[in-house]
Amino acid sequence: MRREIRITGFGGQGVILSGVIVGKAASIYDEKNATMSQSYGPEARGSACSTQILVDDKEILYPYIRESDVLVAMSQEGYTKFLGELKADGVLIYDEDLVNPGEIKKGIKAYPIKAQRIAETDLGRKIVTNIVILGFMTAVTKAVPKEAMVEAIKTSVPKGTIELNLKAFERGYDAFREGAGEQVEEGSGARSGAE
Amino acid sequence: MKADPVGVRTGTFYLDGDRAAAEGAIAAGCRFFAGYPITPSTECAEHISERFPEVGGIFIQMEDEIASITAIIGAAWGGARSMTVTSGPGVSLMMENIGLAAMLETPCVVANVQRGGPSTGLPTMVGQADVMQARWGSHGDYEIIAYSPQSPQEAFDFTVKAFNMAEKYRTPVMVLLDECVGHMVEKVVIPPADAIEVEPRRLTDAAKGEYLPYAYGDDLVPDMAEAGMGYRFHVTGLTHDERGYPEMSVRCQDWLVPRLVAKIRQSADDIVEFDEENADGADVVVVSYGISARVSRMAIDLAREEGIEVGFFRLRTIWPFPEKRIAELAKKIKAFVVVEINLGQIFYEVERCARGQCETLLSPHAGGGVHDPEDILKVIEKGAKAK
Repeated sequence: MRREIRITGFGGQGVILSGVIVGKAASIYDEKNATMSQSYGPEARGSACSTQILVDDKEILYPYIRESDVLVAMSQEGYTKFLGELKADGVLIYDEDLVNPGEIKKGIKAYPIKAQRIAETDLGRKIVTNIVILGFMTAVTKAVPKEAMVEAIKTSVPKGTIELNLKAFERGYDAFREGAGEQVEEGSGARSGAE
Repeated sequence: MKADPVGVRTGTFYLDGDRAAAEGAIAAGCRFFAGYPITPSTECAEHISERFPEVGGIFIQMEDEIASITAIIGAAWGGARSMTVTSGPGVSLMMENIGLAAMLETPCVVANVQRGGPSTGLPTMVGQADVMQARWGSHGDYEIIAYSPQSPQEAFDFTVKAFNMAEKYRTPVMVLLDECVGHMVEKVVIPPADAIEVEPRRLTDAAKGEYLPYAYGDDLVPDMAEAGMGYRFHVTGLTHDERGYPEMSVRCQDWLVPRLVAKIRQSADDIVEFDEENADGADVVVVSYGISARVSRMAIDLAREEGIEVGFFRLRTIWPFPEKRIAELAKKIKAFVVVEINLGQIFYEVERCARGQCETLLSPHAGGGVHDPEDILKVIEKGAKAK
């Protein structure tokens, strides 16, 4: 099954690295096919920035998102720009300190998280916000197995930061599990994912 | 011979097409690179600049593209396997000296990560409109070899092949990536060095004082001497005799230039590569290359769901063109559908080879994106109704 994932934020949040980690996890450590590409152009510097990852058991023929299954938003601008391509029953993951989603359409499964706050206060490093949110996304979507994500993080982040990044990933992953008892109703709109 | 293990970074990587092409070059023995950064090819040059210190290569960022191509020609005569990479206006600037490389019979590789044109066009967006330029963009008669990868893995594989063909036929070889393949990131497997064949340079073993730089045998490819081997020889872009000295006459032109063309044409069967799927027995055969080949296959699946008998023909090499096979297929099918991100280039090649035996239809795209598979489907449907 083909899954189309968009991760968006602003330059400097590690959006592109997040895309590389997901793609690498799927293609190298989970033996699927994964094509990743990034927004490329003047907008990549400082403002809206995005990456798309296509994951499939079969060969990937069309190289871009047609309708995303998952949107991960770490900035308001990115959220506004890419919400339109999210499937009617797609999964929306957003940092609630950074994105005000407004009224979320019925059918969309929304999972808010305070990833930046977790990174800053629990882990002491705002820079791992992207990895916290990747952990959360892994738990929510199961698009890529956790073990594959962990391997991809180990081989993608700078040496000396592996431990911190793995902690950030686990923290994000657990953030969903902690709220996992809650029932997600189809079409129920926003739910509280995690603190 | 086998690749030098020093340059082969064996393993499984998650790489974009530009960087995969850089790894292919280094694996094939490239140790001299001269270039001028231009989107969307810069990642290739950047990656080579990072890797060359590990393998003892020389990387020079030149003042422009004209200097870049000229430097790699000089480096080849100095004994290096050499390469440059560029795009858009950069390729146009290189054209004069791509002709020089062809005239001097200099093995070298030029990668062009195609973007939207003409002129500065769409620097960050995809195009496939440089395929005819790759063939005859420089003035005068010559033939060239050009590869068209459809994935980062093929960017690696085909760049290795490009270096091998450059040595075997002593010619500049182009790797025609497109922005989509250049920037997409996918799994790339780099095999061990002993699984990578590398074509040795055709060096002369003539006695000192008896070397003729443009004497040739049945394969029409002369043996080379490199600077520093101890031979006295001369090369020039002027029409030259077998000693390499200028001789501007009809006789000498007729001795030299037809051979430059023939050495590639007579070996087309050795060089040409294509993938074919269900082309025999099909009503419509889709012809495509690069990223468009992948998108085409989506349209083929849609057409088959409608019951149309569709075959697929993908160009792995674009030049020389697979004339014979296209001509054979033309006798058996109703129509070719050519899918490319331009307004008709390979389309005319297919039409020429079909010689009116079947319809040839174009699914064009002006550039900046890939085809919508539904648009290709419409042209396939039209082709199925031909005759």
